[in-house]
Amino acid sequence: MTAVVHGDDEHAHHPFLQHQFEDLGQQHEASILGMWMFLSTEILFFGGVLCAYWIYRVMYPQAWVLGGEQQNTLAGGINTIVLIISSLTMALAVRNAQLGSRRATVAMLIATLFFGSVFLGVKGFEYTMHWREGLFPGVHFTWHEVPELAPKVQLFMVFYWGLTGLHALHMVIGVGLLLWMIWRAWRGHFGPEYYGPVEVMGLYWHFVDIVWIFLFPFLYLIPHFGVHHG
Amino acid sequence: MADEHRNEHAAPHHITPLTTYIFVFVARAAGTLLTWFASTVDLGWMNTPIALVIATTKAALVILTWVVVIGSFVWLGVLFVLTFADYLTRFWAIY
Repeated sequence: MTAVVHGDDEHAHHPFLQHQFEDLGQQHEASILGMWMFLSTEILFFGGVLCAYWIYRVMYPQAWVLGGEQQNTLAGGINTIVLIISSLTMALAVRNAQLGSRRATVAMLIATLFFGSVFLGVKGFEYTMHWREGLFPGVHFTWHEVPELAPKVQLFMVFYWGLTGLHALHMVIGVGLLLWMIWRAWRGHFGPEYYGPVEVMGLYWHFVDIVWIFLFPFLYLIPHFGVHHG
Repeated sequence: MADEHRNEHAAPHHITPLTTYIFVFVARAAGTLLTWFASTVDLGWMNTPIALVIATTKAALVILTWVVVIGSFVWLGVLFVLTFADYLTRFWAIY
């Protein structure tokens, strides 16, 4: 009803104002809230797997240390910095969209795409090395440096591949969303009045970055002090 | 940013100053180095809590304004507390 009253309002004619919203402000708030709700379910999704991870870490501390020692800490550390830089460029893309600077928005989105791709490339390199070293769980698992702990190290690797795989899947989806946003920004869809999609995409990207901030110490930097093995 | 969205009419514009983004970036990069460094120093049982505190602080730097997601962290806390209240008391003789 109100929409009819406001029918002559200038915002009503904005090409990206969906008909169910009164104005762009309401539409913006609704889309941001929607992403928050989605991310809340994502926190519980990753949190459930991390809870299982902690149960086994408490049960098999030596195997977790051994598992952590199989990781390439330098690659993981570089990827952490790469993701943090990508979050900065993502935040700057949102800011430039708010300021109505089309070229800078596109440039920052492309930079985010670049750093996201670097992350996935490094991750692919790590996966290749793990595969060659027989660290993929199942029939291909041939790691036996400490034979009595090998089954538990394999369990660690289940969590490693599961958690980083789920994270990488989120990154791939993020790259797809970025390509879409780059196309829209290039077409000049965004400006001070309408930049919701870039901001919503940014929330998603920051979330995926934060998940990695927890995965890095949990999977790569397991302190071995006081835990004896082999 | 959430507070800026109260205005129902205009499209929200709260433009965060560039310096804020640079500060958050530098703090997070420093946190990463600190996490790595802390993992190489023997702090006894403190190693894991310190890594958790640094990671959580870094996360908080990014999500400080996400008031809504605090609810899901509460539920995640319930999951962890009840799970470990079970597991840590079940095989107490082993640990």
